[in-house]
Amino acid sequence: MVGASAAATLVAVPSAAGARPAATDAPVLAKVALTVNGERHELELDTRTTLLDAVREHIHLTGAKKGCDHGQCGACTMIVDGRRINSCLTLAVMHQDDAVMTIEGLGKPGDLHPMQAAFIKHDGYQCGFCTPGQICSGIAVLAEIKSGIPSHVSADLNATYEATQNEIRERMSGNICRCGAYSNIVEAMTEVAGRQA
Amino acid sequence: MKSFTYERPSSPAEAASAVAKTPNAKFIAGGTNLLDLMKLQIETPAHLVDVNGLGLDQVEPTSDGGLRIGALVRNTDLAADARVRKDYGVLSRALLAGASGQLRNKATTAGNLLQRTRCPYFYDTAQACNKREPGSGCSAIGGVSRQLGVIGTSEACIATYPGDMAVAMRVLDATVETVDATGHERKIPIADFHRLVGDKPEIDTTLRSGELITAVTLPKPVAGTHIYRKVRDRASYAYALVSVAAIIGKDGTGHVAFGGVAPRPWRVEAAEADLPRGAKAVTDRVFDGATPTHENAFKLKLAERTLGAVLTEARA
Repeated sequence: MVGASAAATLVAVPSAAGARPAATDAPVLAKVALTVNGERHELELDTRTTLLDAVREHIHLTGAKKGCDHGQCGACTMIVDGRRINSCLTLAVMHQDDAVMTIEGLGKPGDLHPMQAAFIKHDGYQCGFCTPGQICSGIAVLAEIKSGIPSHVSADLNATYEATQNEIRERMSGNICRCGAYSNIVEAMTEVAGRQA
Repeated sequence: MKSFTYERPSSPAEAASAVAKTPNAKFIAGGTNLLDLMKLQIETPAHLVDVNGLGLDQVEPTSDGGLRIGALVRNTDLAADARVRKDYGVLSRALLAGASGQLRNKATTAGNLLQRTRCPYFYDTAQACNKREPGSGCSAIGGVSRQLGVIGTSEACIATYPGDMAVAMRVLDATVETVDATGHERKIPIADFHRLVGDKPEIDTTLRSGELITAVTLPKPVAGTHIYRKVRDRASYAYALVSVAAIIGKDGTGHVAFGGVAPRPWRVEAAEADLPRGAKAVTDRVFDGATPTHENAFKLKLAERTLGAVLTEARA
């Protein structure tokens, strides 16, 4: 890893060197305890390790996906301390003692989370790559609506909010589905929210 | 990503001291912009000072009837705060118009002020960019510039400040509060916080090395209809081509700032006297001296029409 990163540096550093102090390539290790789906893991990680890479590569839970790795696609969405976040844009060392929930912690075959069951019933996916992120996000979106967090399409900032199609579409805009299963995802979420599609 | 050391200080002054004394150190809060840039080696800090454990996460009333917003209040929480929704609607609306739900859950008030430009030439390390590599030139000038600035730019840089929240804070006359390594506190009016480009586009703000934002304060609420209208290439999760933050009174007077057009939220207070005369009278003065490219000259007309739509909405 050190060698690979040093080689990449030779290619990537622009010619106008010296403008900034150079960071070194020696890895810096840090101890971190992550609690994922209720289970505590003591890890020693390169400080550069994102929460996503820690969970996928070190804890070997590969449900959350690395799509863009820049917070644009939502495939890496996890629920941390009850809130959905892009796990690719946060460092594992910043999550000591946080409660991390991934798709693996939501349900299991034969004991699915209602949102997982609804995605199956309504064909809320095709290839499935974005699905773990969609489901984590979908569960969090319904919780956000219930807890009174407004959205860009909420007509009245001082009202309560409902899981209308318009609200779901706006609130899910950070989860991309290249197969275009959006309308079925909205149907699945609508059913879990207890509304008529 | 370049490797870095990491620490978690226990007070704002300690955090400021850690960044001031460590070469090439940076604060990290939500990290949603900084880590993105670190992966691309546009930002290469050798040391990260994680400020997330410092508190600074409350929204509190001030003695003069305003609000004090802690630096680490997340965008979601600020937009959903009952006092902000009721009395500072333009701020809630601006926050909700930005980014995605996941990002707003992480992004902080201070970090949002400090987000860097989204100019494609800043992001592409194969291109010349004076903001990323001072002295290397500006590939955006003469390049693809549809998204870029029309005013307050220079021959060195035509990038914009990309955010929404600060545009609302500009119209609300917010103040940025900071502390430095010696414990010295400073209050910076939002109008003076983001720099004009000039010949130093690599410096986005007037913060000094190691100076840590602790809060943003808002004066007491301004009566009127609060509107944030953002025009963008997608209906959601996209940066503004043009945005308008406005507070318009029943008599048609008010305050207005523009986003997506300049290296900082763009407001010309003197032009606000013309608000009762309509959008064009205002934007003619606000954008006096604009130097758009042939690709983004449309933003001048778009700003006028967006303000027109805002004034119509305020009258409704």
